[in-house]
Amino acid sequence: MIHSSLTQMGAALRAKKISSVELTQTYLERIAQLNPTLNAFITLRPETSLEQARAADERLAAGSAEALTGIPIAQKDIFCAQGWLTTCGSKMLHNFVSPYDAHVISQFNKAGAINLGKTNMDEFAMGSSNETSHYGPVKNPWDTARVPGGSSGGTAAAVAARLCAAATGTDTGGSIRQPAALCGISGLKPTYGVVSRYGMIAFASSLDQAGPMGRNAEDLALLLNTMAGFDERDSTSLQRDKEDYTRDLNKPLTGLRIGLPKEFFADGMGSDVAKAIDAAIGEYKKLGATVVDISLPNSKLSVPVYYVLAPAEASSNLSRFDGVRYGYRAPDYTDLADMYEKSRAQGFGAEVKRRIMIGTYVLSHGYYDAYYLQAQKIRRLIAQDFTEAYKQCDVIMGPTSPSTAFKLGEKGDDPVQMYLSDIYTIAVNLAGLPGMSIPCGFGANDMPVGLQIIGNYFDEARMLNVAHQFQQATDWHSRAPQL
Amino acid sequence: MQWEIVIGLEVHTQLSTSTKIFSGASTAFGAEPNTQADAVSIALPGVLPVLNKGAVERAIKFGLATGSHIANRSVFARKNYFYPDLPKGYQISQFDLPVVGQGALTIQVEPLSGNAKPYEKTVRITRAHLEEDAGKSVHGDSQGVTGIDLNRAGTPLLEIVSEPDMSSAAEAVAYAKALHTLVRWIGICDGNMQEGSFRCDVNVSVRKPGQPLGTRREIKNLNSFKFMQQAIDYEVQWQIDTIENGGKVHQATILFNPDTGETRAMRSKEDAHDYRYFPDPDLLPLEISNEWIEQVRSTLPELPQAKQARYVNDLGLSAYDASILTSSREMADFFETALNPSSILPLSGEEAVRSSPDKGRLGGVEAKLCANWIIGEVSAQLNRDGLDMTQCPITAQQLGGMLARIADGTISNSGAKEVFRTMWAEGGEADAIIEAKGLKQVSDSGAIEALVDEIIAGNADKVAEYRSGKDKLFGFFVGLAMKASKGKANPAQLNDILKKKLEG
Repeated sequence: MIHSSLTQMGAALRAKKISSVELTQTYLERIAQLNPTLNAFITLRPETSLEQARAADERLAAGSAEALTGIPIAQKDIFCAQGWLTTCGSKMLHNFVSPYDAHVISQFNKAGAINLGKTNMDEFAMGSSNETSHYGPVKNPWDTARVPGGSSGGTAAAVAARLCAAATGTDTGGSIRQPAALCGISGLKPTYGVVSRYGMIAFASSLDQAGPMGRNAEDLALLLNTMAGFDERDSTSLQRDKEDYTRDLNKPLTGLRIGLPKEFFADGMGSDVAKAIDAAIGEYKKLGATVVDISLPNSKLSVPVYYVLAPAEASSNLSRFDGVRYGYRAPDYTDLADMYEKSRAQGFGAEVKRRIMIGTYVLSHGYYDAYYLQAQKIRRLIAQDFTEAYKQCDVIMGPTSPSTAFKLGEKGDDPVQMYLSDIYTIAVNLAGLPGMSIPCGFGANDMPVGLQIIGNYFDEARMLNVAHQFQQATDWHSRAPQL
Repeated sequence: MQWEIVIGLEVHTQLSTSTKIFSGASTAFGAEPNTQADAVSIALPGVLPVLNKGAVERAIKFGLATGSHIANRSVFARKNYFYPDLPKGYQISQFDLPVVGQGALTIQVEPLSGNAKPYEKTVRITRAHLEEDAGKSVHGDSQGVTGIDLNRAGTPLLEIVSEPDMSSAAEAVAYAKALHTLVRWIGICDGNMQEGSFRCDVNVSVRKPGQPLGTRREIKNLNSFKFMQQAIDYEVQWQIDTIENGGKVHQATILFNPDTGETRAMRSKEDAHDYRYFPDPDLLPLEISNEWIEQVRSTLPELPQAKQARYVNDLGLSAYDASILTSSREMADFFETALNPSSILPLSGEEAVRSSPDKGRLGGVEAKLCANWIIGEVSAQLNRDGLDMTQCPITAQQLGGMLARIADGTISNSGAKEVFRTMWAEGGEADAIIEAKGLKQVSDSGAIEALVDEIIAGNADKVAEYRSGKDKLFGFFVGLAMKASKGKANPAQLNDILKKKLEG
């Protein structure tokens, strides 16, 4: 059952072949067995999960079940969930039990899904390897000496290791797609504004977007049906009609125009990754797609632009963590300024502090125009590149990450090397576009390779169709690590 | 040596919305600490601001009332600094693109000293922007702990910034008062200064005429007009003394201590914050369509300045009276209602006294008479009893009823004063009081003639003196006649008859 798709699982639940309690229990046991190795979860509350499962079973018995009713879903620890410790991977929130539900959490609750636990993540979603978590690094289930990617590394590892049926992630510069690629699963970052950010702890507000992570595109479509939708509590949430993201899954791909940006296929991409991507493009041609060479000339600036804008917003977003009202407060201090300084110095990890300092610097008087404003201008140019490109193609494809999963500690000393692992994903966030990653083979050391699919605004249904058709023709997505 | 004073104001007006600017929490004053602090007010992780449309509408109203430019697109920005009563570590405000742009407010200035005459002045408004208030720190707990009350955090404010157009404490106070009147007039702020609904920061500098602007110091958080005047006077003198003694004024933020009447520096420019303003990514730019502006315009009441002009031009009042009557909307409403009370019943046979509306009259009552009573008796009594216009024990209808009886000759001025005193103390309508107290004037010429004849007959010697040229005795006869009529004779009629008979 743990290898089944959400559709199959839902059908089995509704047919009473298995109860939600049994299914939840199965996952909890598997977590108990494997989590000590993988460290994918920060918080588990088995009794609470089982209680939800019992309620789901009643709903299943009453015949009022929805697609996700009774299905155990893991939640990234960035989402506030009432009664749950919500740490965001930080010592700063080591004691923060949320008194309210994020929009995403309440959507899953309404659907009758089970909250199986809160997954590990880079501290405040700042990282690409899950090594910045206060709760220790997550291990890649394909090779526990390697990173799972980040920041949604706990979610990616949990899905890959079948510790949950599916899970949520958030993506500010690639935090869904890169770990999905490195762990061999599927992940989708929707168009900015499709999923409400209410209750999702902010990293960089203009870039953050929640999305589903699962084992295949069809699962992602079901999850997105639950997560997406207008929420008046988020002013950047978009007021659009409710969509059924499964509606186009089975459309043939004949005539699909795939844009291949030359900048994504230049220096920097590992040859093993290139080989897998080429093969995947070949598969798409067999499915009836045509390939168009395109250019995203400004995308090379996306990493520097991102590392101005994201830290700028983060430096302000993280100001509320001051030790005054909740969260970590230093035990000893002499006065107010000392309390602030010690609480923040002790409560935040090195990467978070680095980004707060960068962000504070670029917003400072005398530097604002040269950094922040300039970066905003380039951000618009990057978005325009995509608009131009979509005149010639329907979707854009390329690698999700330049390499497969690297070893734990390998890039820890060099933040810039770490930042470059998001080189293909960041432009998508800057433009606010939807992007996804699906498994498309294995590279060096038999580690998974992810194919990135970038759609035009609100083209999630088409992207899911494009991914699903590939997954009908290949079986990369159903490979599971041996644990 | 002459010094020129340069003053500009930044006024924080608390907007009268029932909920906060970015959340649904209540803005009511005086609740138990933190009972009006919702998830947004305490800045829990993950919460987001949602703009209150009512706050925007109030900003638009202000812009319209001051003829200011209203931006079709303005932007909320974050002002970053750490303080325990600022839960997010930043204040959401507006920076380079405010909702209200340049405008102006015309004020009546009453000089504080000498016999200088009141004059009119126009103060330019630089901008007005929306922002959220902070909470407050509560010091002095028994354990030496500072408490934080976040009830006020997120309360909507409109910060109104003027140009440095004022050149005396009197002008600054007049501007602040005019602004205070205006924001209450258009219903965007309750103006309660004790509760902090209207707080003024005053920028003061001095210079020699013709010289560039001097260095300014900012007096923060003045919440009374009296303190504002005292603070400015003290600060101006301090700056002049400092410079004349060879010192230099340094830019600083200062506080006024009402107990000592002195100002003192809070922080200098050296430790001024770098607020790192940037557009708030949680809020979209504020788009205001012209349709929205027009819709708000249709809800605006007649503004004080328009009323003043109308009172002067159509009702023939002096500019001074007009400005007092428009010092609050309650006052103006009282005046207009008293001027045209709808419930007065005409006295039989005497309708002719009441002319049709013309210049000086709105309804049955003469505007000047009405103005005099409100500015005189009514205001004096309110003052004496420590009441404001809304608490006036006499309704405008009641006053109007009484004024109509003065106008139609039913009662004399002295009779009216008695009616007024009774009304104030016991209530009741003028007609009933006149009846009960027998205050009706005698306007029956036959009765007055009989009375005058009797006096002339009984004072032959004085009549002779009068007739031989001692005009001053006229008053003596009036006094006798009034006494004889027990004060009820219509004075004008009495004068006429007396004059005729004495000459005759």
